[in-house]
Amino acid sequence: MIQNNAPALVPLIFLFAGIIIPLAALKLRSSAYFIALGATLASTIVSISNVIFVLDSGPVRYFFGGWPPPIGIEYVLDPLSAFLTAVINGITLIVLIHAGKIVEKEIQEHRRVPYYALVMLFLCGCNGIILTGDFFNLYVFLEISSLALYGMVAVGDKKAPISAFRYLIMGTVGGGFYLLGVGFLYVHTGSLNMADIKEILPVLGTNPVVIVALSLMVLGFGIKMALFPLHGWLPDAYTHAPSASSSIMAPIGVKIGAYGILRILLFVFGIKFVTQVFPIAQILTWFSAAGIIYGSIMAISQDEMKRMLAYSSISQIGYIGLGIGLANPYGIIGAVLHILNHGLMKACLFLVAGNFRMKLGHSNIKNFNDTLRKKMPWTTAAFAAGALAMVGIPPTVGFFSKWYLALGTIENKSWILLAVILLSSLLNAVYFFRIIEKIYFRSPSSKQEEKEHQSRKGTEVAASMLIPTLVLAGALFIFGLLNTIIVKGVLMKVLPPGM
Amino acid sequence: MNMSDIYTSAVPLYAVLVSLAAVPLIILSAKRQNLREFWTIAAGVVKFILVLTLLPGALENRVATVRLFEITPNIQLALKADAVGVFFAIVASGLWILTSIYSIGYMRGLGEHKQTRYFSYFAVCLSSTIGIAFAANLVTFILFYEILTIATYPLVIHKETKEAIYAGRKYLAYTLTGGVFLIAAAAWTYQLNGNLDFVPGGLLQGLALTAGTAVPLFFLFIAGVGVKASIMPLHSWLPTAMAAPTPVSALLHAVAVVKAGVFGIIRVSMFIFGPDIMVQFGLNRILIVFAVITILVGSLLALKQDNLKKRLAYSTIAHLSYIVLGVGIMSSTALIGSLLHIAFHATMKITLFFCAGAIYVHLHKENISELDGIGKTMPWTLGAFTVASIGLAGIPPVNGFISKWYLGAGAADSGQFLLIVVLVVSGILNVAYFSPIVHRSFFRKGQEQETQKEAKPAMVIPLVLTACLSLVFGLFPNLFFSFFRLAAQAVTGIFGGPLP
Repeated sequence: MIQNNAPALVPLIFLFAGIIIPLAALKLRSSAYFIALGATLASTIVSISNVIFVLDSGPVRYFFGGWPPPIGIEYVLDPLSAFLTAVINGITLIVLIHAGKIVEKEIQEHRRVPYYALVMLFLCGCNGIILTGDFFNLYVFLEISSLALYGMVAVGDKKAPISAFRYLIMGTVGGGFYLLGVGFLYVHTGSLNMADIKEILPVLGTNPVVIVALSLMVLGFGIKMALFPLHGWLPDAYTHAPSASSSIMAPIGVKIGAYGILRILLFVFGIKFVTQVFPIAQILTWFSAAGIIYGSIMAISQDEMKRMLAYSSISQIGYIGLGIGLANPYGIIGAVLHILNHGLMKACLFLVAGNFRMKLGHSNIKNFNDTLRKKMPWTTAAFAAGALAMVGIPPTVGFFSKWYLALGTIENKSWILLAVILLSSLLNAVYFFRIIEKIYFRSPSSKQEEKEHQSRKGTEVAASMLIPTLVLAGALFIFGLLNTIIVKGVLMKVLPPGM
Repeated sequence: MNMSDIYTSAVPLYAVLVSLAAVPLIILSAKRQNLREFWTIAAGVVKFILVLTLLPGALENRVATVRLFEITPNIQLALKADAVGVFFAIVASGLWILTSIYSIGYMRGLGEHKQTRYFSYFAVCLSSTIGIAFAANLVTFILFYEILTIATYPLVIHKETKEAIYAGRKYLAYTLTGGVFLIAAAAWTYQLNGNLDFVPGGLLQGLALTAGTAVPLFFLFIAGVGVKASIMPLHSWLPTAMAAPTPVSALLHAVAVVKAGVFGIIRVSMFIFGPDIMVQFGLNRILIVFAVITILVGSLLALKQDNLKKRLAYSTIAHLSYIVLGVGIMSSTALIGSLLHIAFHATMKITLFFCAGAIYVHLHKENISELDGIGKTMPWTLGAFTVASIGLAGIPPVNGFISKWYLGAGAADSGQFLLIVVLVVSGILNVAYFSPIVHRSFFRKGQEQETQKEAKPAMVIPLVLTACLSLVFGLFPNLFFSFFRLAAQAVTGIFGGPLP
């Protein structure tokens, strides 16, 4: 039955697409984009049907080659992995539709084919990380996605190779930490299978080796998710990467790290271990809180829109880390919902930045003024929607993330964390309304500029870029209003056992 | 407590949506001014009629309710038209029609830019105001409360001058912060109770609260709704927001936005905490202290403003706290006074703002020191101004007297005689800051312009109408909209028992 093989299907689709793209391009170069799009569409359909299937008939375990764990590698499709793969593939699909035109503008022709192949490998890695039930296999996928991502960053502007190299160093160190952690765990438990280790750990009790292993794994994923203060690689990588790369990696890239931490802390080690035996959840929470504030403040002082969004991502990933660290149902629901919500918001905003770059050649906030609104009314409207969502105005998605996380902090009686969440939405208002003010309420500084702009009136981007942007902007409201369906239908089943 | 009779009806929803539906029409007819303004007026009239159809039910304690869908687990996006809600909705939607007519005169008179944007956001504001009035629970309330914050922002910043942009920033900084506190308070309440419905007499009633929970929670709520209610020290956005066009100041900063704030205080005090808990933990005393300070300081600050609109703004700050004071007194008489003051202060203050706007458009004067002798030029305008200022000072036969009387009677009932002194002092201060304006305009000689006639009818007619309404309600508070009976009905629901 196809559904029994479902866990392996999505990574394989991307893996094969990654191989087919260069081969097909030998015949027809332009096919690369469409193969990538087709693969993503197929995986989106599969992963959405996976969600429905899992909710209906429970988790699916798939043994690669028929070898059962702990000998073989196991893939697990549970509500959490099904939901996250659906989110990742769905958002990427929309972003890829948008990417067609902007890749043509920003990336030289001979690099486009390998570029799309890398995107496929990156997605293969992301989906694999989420679906695998094996710690070492996870490492393999982590490296696949990271290596692909270094390439996707490096094809950007002049400074991109340096940013990519920096990211490579940091990312490799992160991967190394994680692998070291897995090694410790393996030596101690004799297993690499997550479900297996989960059974073994309580027997071992509080062993220092286990604690070191856990710390190393969290540290490794902390770098991947750009958890403050391990975020150093992120702003440059996001800013200098080509627009298509930043809009693919910003909504989903760092979420993979967050997923890793969520899975390890709450599903493998268990709530009791990470909150009482070794309070790494609390540590995660406080670093996340610091990141929320740090990211927001740094975002305020940026002049380049993509860089501002990058710092904003550091802040937003903090929301997710904070929710996971709270280790209560509302916190986890808030965190997982925010993976979706932030994905939508950031995708929308990065597409807007891409549209600006497409038409203006820059996305420098200093040069924004209200002619932008006349030239690109729809793009700016999408920006406004994204901004409202980031500030957390109901009924956008941002409000509901805030709501569940606030409920989570109150449940733990963590008043300072509540204050952090709410303060950060005010800081978001500062840096987003700064731009809204410029786009909507500031006339151009000189007559010369005005004349120049008048001549180029009404130059929206092409429909293939505009429609994805608007779809995402609309989704910010629709997913906000309908969040209960997701929360009740999926996320309440995502919670780790015993909640 | 008497149970209300609940029935399902989509009318409250339509009342919210009608002005929202007008927005695309307004935008589409941007090129044809008259058609565009027709949509605003039409939406206003339809909205008002829809709200009025809810009036008979509300008077008989039959509450029209509409539940849409679950917006977060256990909490519906729901509207209900109870007596308090209908009361506020009638005031806001009724005055919107007059304001729209006035806006046309004002905006065209000044040849303002971006009028389409102006009328669109005005319509959004009214949708959210009615949403606030009819919100059946805190989440729905917050939804509309935050939309109102955002929709008002383009109106405050409308002129796009440096001053206006500064005002917009300040406005957002204050109101968004308030919104954040409100969200925190709501989340906390939900954790206490698992429910956020507005229940007459108090949602939290019967819950074993400690002072360590009740007092901080109440402060969070007040920090949330108190910004829009401009309780001191959260008030300073309001005078700054006078940079907005005058119709905006008139409807939003004297009626819709600020009254949404005091309406929030009523909802929180009477429908979330309830009178018992308020008194048990002395929460009403907190309200009284803030209200008294705001009334006195606000009135004193009004005295020293030379800018007419700023003086009106400080006067608004003081008068909003009359309403808060009435809530704090915790007697049914005082609460009737509070509710009546929502309506009556609205008709009076909107008159004054209309007058200020008419003077500005017609004579380009905005400072009180320049108003010498304009009473001869603009007799209707200044006549209306005089009527309204008499009312605000609490002198019969204008409606301000009635609401103030009930506030005073409520204070006397509950033995808080010091508060009566506060009301009297504030009345005197009202006379002190309004009479110079009246005196200058009628009894001092101006330099020129005595030959000029009144402002345009589109501006004069609304302001004369609102002045007349103030007078009529002063004599017959039950006329047209049964304000008194509605207020009494609302109060019975909250306090239970027969009326005074």
